[in-house]
Amino acid sequence: MALSFSHDPELTLGRKIWQIPWMFVLLVAMTASVGFVMLYSAAGGNLDPWTSRQMPRFGVGLAVMLVVAVTDIRLWLRYAYVFYGLSLALLLAVEFVGTVGMGAQRWIDLGFVSVQPSEIAKVTMILALARYFYASRVEDVGRLTHLFVPALLIAAPVILVLNQPDFGTAALLLFTGVVLLFLAGVRAWLFTAAGLAAVAAIYPVWQFVLLDYQKARVLTYFRPENDPLGAGYHILQSKIALGSGGLFGKGFLQGSQSHLNFLPEKQTDFIFTMLAEEFGMAGGFGLLGLYLLLLIYGFAISLRCTNHFGRLVGMGVTSALFLNIFVNVAMVMGLVPVVGMPLPLISYGGTAMLMLLFSFGLLMCVYVHRDVTLGPGAASGD
Amino acid sequence: MHRDSDRYRLFSRRSILLGGGQAALFAALAGRMYYLQVVESERYTTLAEENRVSLKLLAPPRGRIVDRFGRPMAVNRQNYRAMLIPEKAVDVARALDTFGKVVPLSEAETERILREVGRKRRFLPVLVRENLTWDEVARIEVNAPDLDGVSIDVGESRHYPDGIYTAPILGYVSAVSEEEMTGDPLLELPGFRIGKAGLERVHDEALRGRSGTSQVEVNALGREIRELERREDQPGTEAWLTVDLELQKYTARRLGEQSASAVVMDAHTGDVLTLASTPTFDPNSFNRGLTPEEWRNLIGDPRSPLNNKAIAGQYAPGSTFKMAVALAALEKGAVTPDSQVYCPGHLELGDATFHCWKPEGHGTMSMAAGIVQSCDVYFYEIARRTGIDRIAAMARRLGLGAKAGIDLPGEKPGLIPSRAWKKKVKGESWQAGETLLAGIGQGFFLVTPLQLAVMTARLVNGGKAVRPRLTKQLVPFDARETAGPDLPAFESLDIHPSHLELVTNAMAGVMNSPRGTAFRARIEQPGRRIGGKTGTVQVRRISKAEREAGVLKNEELSWEERDHALFVGYAPVDNPRYVVSVIVEHGGGGASVAAPIARDILLEVQERDPSRGRSQARLPGDAVSGPAEREG
Repeated sequence: MALSFSHDPELTLGRKIWQIPWMFVLLVAMTASVGFVMLYSAAGGNLDPWTSRQMPRFGVGLAVMLVVAVTDIRLWLRYAYVFYGLSLALLLAVEFVGTVGMGAQRWIDLGFVSVQPSEIAKVTMILALARYFYASRVEDVGRLTHLFVPALLIAAPVILVLNQPDFGTAALLLFTGVVLLFLAGVRAWLFTAAGLAAVAAIYPVWQFVLLDYQKARVLTYFRPENDPLGAGYHILQSKIALGSGGLFGKGFLQGSQSHLNFLPEKQTDFIFTMLAEEFGMAGGFGLLGLYLLLLIYGFAISLRCTNHFGRLVGMGVTSALFLNIFVNVAMVMGLVPVVGMPLPLISYGGTAMLMLLFSFGLLMCVYVHRDVTLGPGAASGD
Repeated sequence: MHRDSDRYRLFSRRSILLGGGQAALFAALAGRMYYLQVVESERYTTLAEENRVSLKLLAPPRGRIVDRFGRPMAVNRQNYRAMLIPEKAVDVARALDTFGKVVPLSEAETERILREVGRKRRFLPVLVRENLTWDEVARIEVNAPDLDGVSIDVGESRHYPDGIYTAPILGYVSAVSEEEMTGDPLLELPGFRIGKAGLERVHDEALRGRSGTSQVEVNALGREIRELERREDQPGTEAWLTVDLELQKYTARRLGEQSASAVVMDAHTGDVLTLASTPTFDPNSFNRGLTPEEWRNLIGDPRSPLNNKAIAGQYAPGSTFKMAVALAALEKGAVTPDSQVYCPGHLELGDATFHCWKPEGHGTMSMAAGIVQSCDVYFYEIARRTGIDRIAAMARRLGLGAKAGIDLPGEKPGLIPSRAWKKKVKGESWQAGETLLAGIGQGFFLVTPLQLAVMTARLVNGGKAVRPRLTKQLVPFDARETAGPDLPAFESLDIHPSHLELVTNAMAGVMNSPRGTAFRARIEQPGRRIGGKTGTVQVRRISKAEREAGVLKNEELSWEERDHALFVGYAPVDNPRYVVSVIVEHGGGGASVAAPIARDILLEVQERDPSRGRSQARLPGDAVSGPAEREG
């Protein structure tokens, strides 16, 4: 499979830096700053232990993002499968040497830093799928046999992450993959069929596969009110905290529910609740507005890009970001079951932050190389 | 590039579709936020408040009870208590088991605690053990890590410094029983006490005070973070009594172990200086909780320690009733002060013979002599001439046969019979002989010692309808200065002053003339001389045969068959101020037993009279001093 790149000698490093969408960078920084402020509040008005550690991580992430933004996009195209393979290896490694945190094996200790391979897999899967469909002809995409490889590309990390178990990230991987299949042009009826098949599978799985305790767990996922002191406790407390925030909130550092520990995991999964408690609906809408701008940027960059790899990577990153935001916010408001899912750029966490900024770097890279022709990948696909 | 443009069109179309879907989901998020934070906000705000705010009750200190000079009669003492919050102890039974290893608990205690745990709300503490010693407190603290839900607190418990002397007046407090729970959370506070008898019961609401509240912010584990708001409790009202504590103690000691009671009253104001009933009980033991054995002893004692004889003991008045008969006769004009009646030692009426206490007879008697020597025949005769209904009416005017209205629970009304009463209750018509017996206060008549004191007061204060009172005033804890309440102006009883003078002078003669029945109990000290009237009440019938064989002396009878000894008196004779009534159940003769006691009490009360220089130097306060002075 020979790929032919048409090199544009005009695109020097200086020009690339000039091309970086600085407005986007500013939005990212603003959103992250909201995170710092909330982490400061979560610690009861202290920089320690969260803000002080999150800020340098963001700094590193920002640097990585900018470096990635000016790298040659062809590098990512060429090594997409390699990175994907590496991340799968890490996921496998977690199975054996991972440490258990919050009841699941998610972390791998590299000695100097703990990483979450599932976060890495989110990005490498996008790259691999984009690479695959970039090289596919539009007619091929319509063929079922042609979907075997991308299905495998999606299934492998999903199954490994599910096994940890980390339902949230697995779902995110699955949906991101499906979105990319959709954008790549897979026939619409296939999605309909898959959806129907999934619904049809619910009954036999419920009846014959799931054990009673698993059923109970699934039920509480959907009806947390039935178990206010057990599994439903978190979501109920979250709704109380959020609802009591009202229109303009209780004020910075004044979120009684959050500060009195009624709210669980307030520095990670439930940080949006704390924001909404302290700054009310106004604050919540403000953050959602920032996210909306980021997403619009993502869409604009993807649509503006002239090469298919860039488009798919751009939309993949943007869709992953959207899913990430949506699942987290919907979860804390009791719209979807509680799954471990941090809020992008805000929640405390190193790997997630780093990989998110890395993916933003890819998005900017797509923008910087929006007019670069990667060659008729589809034409020479075989 | 042709194919790529196809691909791009597809991609763009689907991207826009996707964007639309995402926008819709974002709108859903915004809508949900609006629903939670605006539409349902109030509900969640309430839930949030409930979440973080926990209300604690602060028990108010019970108001003190002090005597007329401000001397404490009922106070509060610090009390170290071990409490258990069921909610915090995972397993209550096991927690008590562990506690029992540190400070032994009896089976009854464990049972009570478990009962209370079942009764109260789980976040309210339950009293495990109170009045802990320092040693026990230390042992509990050391073992604190193993005692989940157990904590030590300092409460206050009621204490009666002179409990056994003041019990008839004060009553006692004890734990709230299940029937007494009104839903007022204050009553559910561990170890909370309410007044169950006496003034503690009468003034319970006022003494209780108002509970304060402390709103504390708690975290998800129930640990208190800080106090948000505190409404201080309002200590109970302080009750100032009319009682003179030292006189009360003196009187109770003077009565000793006998089944007796005595009331000392100010004849003009109705202030009850002493209201003693012996034997009595220790109210502190009621507060603590009686052991079954203590309870059996109290119930089984024939001298009925739980009965306040001063207000609930009903006795025939005997000869102390003669003043009422004399006044009724004078008012009717049945006799004049100088009318003569001859006493041969007995009086015949139909077939019946009515004996005088002096078998050989008193000879010719005037009214004064009849009272001084307590001649029964004289009073048989004038009673016959006066008629029962007039005697009964006079008795009621003097305060007999109806509740005196003292501020104590459980007062008995006594009984003054009349024709109508007998018809109604017994269904029989009144017998002439019964009127004769009425002349000497025997028959159906029943009075209480308090009523006798009231009667005496009304005789010596110029015929004013004085009423007794124990509570001088209730002083709210934050009162800076309070004027004592105005004394009620007592209405006149419309008894002719010369009649009253005659009777009171005759009472002076009882003590001070050598022929007087209580001459031996006189006070010779000038200015402190006293007047009075003895009474001896038979509790058994003396048969004719027995009378012929010679009446047995009291000492020869069993205790239950001996006569009641009565005495009413006043002091000083020149300007009467204090009245006393004494009854010694089965004590024997009024002159030999009751009169000396009354004499001692009346001497003591005059010695203590705050208007005298000597007493003023000795006493901490003064009868007219207001509570404002106590702070100094």
